[in-house]
Amino acid sequence: MLEIRDLHVQFHNRDREAVAGISLTIRDGEILGLVGESGSGKTVTAMSIAGLLPRKQCDYQGDILLDGDDLLHAQRALLRQMHGKKIGVVFQDPMSAMDPLMKVGEQVAEVLRIHTDMDAAQRRAEAVRAMALVELQDPESLYDKYPHELSGGMQQRAMIASAIVIRPSLLLLDEPTTALDVTIQAQILELLKKLNREEHISMLFISHNLNVVRKLCARVAVMQRGLIVEEGETEKIFRHPQHPYTKHLIEAIPTRESARRVKGERRAKKAAEATAAAKAAQGAAPSASAASAETREEGGIR
Amino acid sequence: MKSAAKRAGLCIVTMLIVSFLAYAAFALISGDPAQTLLGTDATPERLEQMRHQLGLDQPFMVRYLKWLLGFFTGDLGISYSYRQTVWSLIAPKIEVTLCMALISFVVIVAISIPAGILAAQRSNGKSGLLSTGLIQLGMAVPPFFTGILVSWGCGIVMKWFTPGDFPGLHSAKAATALRHLFFAAVCIAIPRIAMTVRMLRSTVIGEMNRSYVRTAISRGNDRRGVFLRHVLKNSLVPTVTFLAQTMAEIVGGSIVVEQVFGIPGIGRLLVASISNRDYPVVQALVVIMAFWVVLAGTAADLINQRIDPRLRLGGGE
Amino acid sequence: MKKNKINGYLLAGLILFGIFLVMMIIGLFYTPYSPTAMSSAEKFQGPSAAHLFGTDNFGRDIFSRALKGGITTFGIALATIAIGAAAGTLIGAVTGYFGGIVDDVLMRLNDALTAFPSFLLALVIISIVGPGKKYNVILALGIVFIPSFARVMRTAFASLRDVNYITSAKLMGAGSPRILFVHMLPNTVHTLLPALTIGFNNAVLAEASMSFLGIGVTPPDASLGYMLSEAQSMFGRAPWYALCTGMMIVLLVFGVGLIGEGLQRQSREVA
Repeated sequence: MLEIRDLHVQFHNRDREAVAGISLTIRDGEILGLVGESGSGKTVTAMSIAGLLPRKQCDYQGDILLDGDDLLHAQRALLRQMHGKKIGVVFQDPMSAMDPLMKVGEQVAEVLRIHTDMDAAQRRAEAVRAMALVELQDPESLYDKYPHELSGGMQQRAMIASAIVIRPSLLLLDEPTTALDVTIQAQILELLKKLNREEHISMLFISHNLNVVRKLCARVAVMQRGLIVEEGETEKIFRHPQHPYTKHLIEAIPTRESARRVKGERRAKKAAEATAAAKAAQGAAPSASAASAETREEGGIR
Repeated sequence: MKSAAKRAGLCIVTMLIVSFLAYAAFALISGDPAQTLLGTDATPERLEQMRHQLGLDQPFMVRYLKWLLGFFTGDLGISYSYRQTVWSLIAPKIEVTLCMALISFVVIVAISIPAGILAAQRSNGKSGLLSTGLIQLGMAVPPFFTGILVSWGCGIVMKWFTPGDFPGLHSAKAATALRHLFFAAVCIAIPRIAMTVRMLRSTVIGEMNRSYVRTAISRGNDRRGVFLRHVLKNSLVPTVTFLAQTMAEIVGGSIVVEQVFGIPGIGRLLVASISNRDYPVVQALVVIMAFWVVLAGTAADLINQRIDPRLRLGGGE
Repeated sequence: MKKNKINGYLLAGLILFGIFLVMMIIGLFYTPYSPTAMSSAEKFQGPSAAHLFGTDNFGRDIFSRALKGGITTFGIALATIAIGAAAGTLIGAVTGYFGGIVDDVLMRLNDALTAFPSFLLALVIISIVGPGKKYNVILALGIVFIPSFARVMRTAFASLRDVNYITSAKLMGAGSPRILFVHMLPNTVHTLLPALTIGFNNAVLAEASMSFLGIGVTPPDASLGYMLSEAQSMFGRAPWYALCTGMMIVLLVFGVGLIGEGLQRQSREVA
C-alpha cells in the first residue's frame, strides 16, 4: 500500500544525511511501528511521507509510493490533494498542533472543507460523527469549544478525529502519546487499535518508546542514524533481537527490578541534594531542582 | 462578558490614578494660582477673595474631585496666560488634533498592514534586505524633519496648503484645512508605518513557524488557506495591541508636527503652555491625552477578547 | 548554520555610526570655524569647499555648528540611556528575580507610567523641573526610559531564574547580589544590547524633538533639534541648513538602528 524505496534526505545545513537510504513497506490494514531515538531520522521519514519536508532546504531522492502515486516528487498541487484526503497526520503535542483561535469542530471539519463540496451542515454532521468515533463525549457541544477548553487527551482525540474524518488510506502518527499522561496514553492506544480494527485504517506509528510500540504494532522497524537496522514482527524482535542497537534499546526498558534500582538511586540523590541545600548560604533558598529527575520514567530512551 | 466589564473597570481605575498623579504633581509645583493670576501687587483682601473664588480654601481631595468633574462640566479652571477658562481654550483645538490623529491612523493601517504581510512573505534575500533597510530608514527620519521638507515642498512650492496658516475645519476653506492636516498626518505616520511593518513582519513569520501551521498544511491547505484561515487571525491580537500603542504615539508625534505645520491643535497649545508655565492648561491637556491613550488600550483589549477566546477567561489564575 | 559570517546589518550600522563618531571626536577638538563666529559677508552661502554645509543667516559655518550640536545631542542621548538602563536594569533584576509584592507594586506603577506616551511623559517632567536646561532634559528623558528598560530586563531576569546553572550557583552558596550581577547579568546581554540601541535612538529623537520645540536644549548650547527649528524659518533662503542638519540626525539614528537590527539577528542565530 505504502512503499518507500531507497529514500535519502540530506538537509543543507547538516553534514550527515538525516535519512540515508531506507526502504519500507506498509501493508494494507496494518500498523507498522517505527522506533528510534531522537535524531535517528524517524520523524524526517514521516515528514517525507506526509509531504511536509521543507523542500528548499534539503536534497532528497528515492521513491515514496502511496497506492502507486509518487509522494516525494509530486507537484505541490497534487500533494495538497493527497494531504488530508489520503494521508492523515497526528502530531506529538496536540495543544500546539491545534489552531488556538479556531473552534475544535471547525478544525476537525477543515479537511472536508478543503477536499469536499459539502455544505456547512453536512460538514458539521460528518465532524461530529468522527468525534464520536474517537470516543469524545458529547461531540455536539465540543464542536463549538476552543482547544484550550479541552484536556490534553481530548485534544489528541480531536486531532485524530480531524485526521480520519475523510477516511484516509494511511494515518501517520508522530509520537502521538508522548506528551500525554500514562493513563491517557493507554486509552489513546486502545482507540488506535479500535480504529485499525473497525475502520481498517493503515497506520505508521512513530515512537521512541518500545513499550508502546509493543502494545500496538504487529510489525516494527528500528532506525538508527538514518538507517533501518532491523525490521520484522514485533514479538520476534523483542525475543531475539539481532542487531546490537536493538538489543541495547530493549535492555534500556526498565524491568520491575531495574525500576526499583532507579527509584533507590533517585532517593539517594534527593537526600544528597537536600543536604547540599542545607549547607548553602542563608540567602539562596533550595528550590525544586529535584523535579527534573522525576521526568525520566516509563521506558523512555530519549 | 464578565471579563469585558472587568476590563472597563480597570480602565476607569487607571484613569483615576493617572488624573490624580497629574493633578497632584502640578498642584505641588504651581504655587498659588491666585497670586499668579493677580500679580505680585495684589492686596491681601483681593487675594483672599480670589482664592475663595477659585475654591482654593477647600481641602485637596475636594478640589481634585471638582477638577475631575470639570472634564464633564467644562470647568477646568482659568488659564494663567490667556485669562480665559481652560475649557474654552482647549475645546476647539481638540477636534483639530483628533482629526489629524485619525487621518494618521488610517494612513498607518492602510499602508503598513499590506506592506507588513508582504514583507513577511518575502523576508529572505534581496527583498528582505530592502524591507529591513527601508524600515530602519523610516524609523530614523524624525517627523519634524520630514515636516520641514513636506511643508516646504507641498506647501510653499506646490501651494497645496499654506504652512502656518490653518484655515479651520468649519471655515469656507475646509478642504484646504483637511489637506493641511493630511500632510501633517503623513509626517507623523512615516516612522510609525516602519515600526508597524517591522512588528507585523516578525509576528507573521513567528506564526508561520508554529506547529498549527504544519497541521494546516497536513490537511491539504494551500498557502492562501494557511494564511487566511489560520495565520491571519493568530497575528491579529499582537497587531491590535500594537495599533493601540500607535494611537498613543500619534498623540506624541502630533505635539511636534503641529508646531512644524502651524496647526492650532492641543499639541501646540501644550508646548506653549509648558513654555509659559501655564499649569492649569498643561494639567488638563496631559490628562486628556492620557485618557485618550488609556481608552485606546482598553478598546484594544476588548477587541482582542472578541478575537481570542483565551483572553475572555478573566484575570483570576 | 554559517557561523562566522559577518552580519551585514551590523557592519553597515557600525560604518555609519563610525562616520558620525569620527566627526564628533574631531568636533571635540577642532572645528573649521568657531561655531558662533558671525560674518555678514558670508550670509546664506551654499555648501562649498570652504563651508561644507554652507552658512546661515548670520554667516556662521553650519558644519562647525552641526559638529557641536551633534556632540550635545549625542552626549545627552548617552547620559539619558545610562540613567534609564542602569535604573531599569536594577529594577528589572530585583523584580524579575525576587518576584512577589515588590514586583507587583513596581510593575503596576510601570503600567501607569506607560499609559502616557513616552514623549508626553518627558514633556510633563520637563515642565515640572523647568524647560530649557540641558541637565533637566537629561533628567526628564532618563526617567522616561526607566520603565521600558525595567520591563525588558525583568523578563530577561525572570527567564533566567530557574535555569540550572543559576540553581547550582545558589546551591554553591552564592549570595543574591552575586547571582544577579555575576551570574545573570552577563547572560542578559542579548536582551540588553538591542534594547540599548533602541533606547539610544529614542533618546536622540526625543531630545531633538524637545529642542526643536524650544523646551529642550536652548542657546548658547547647540543641539541638532534646535538648529532644525532655526533652519525651518529660513528654508526658502538656505535649504541646505535643514537638509544637512536633518541628515546628521538620520545618519546617527539609522546607523544605530542597523547596529540594533544586526545584534538582534545575531543573538537569534545563537539561540
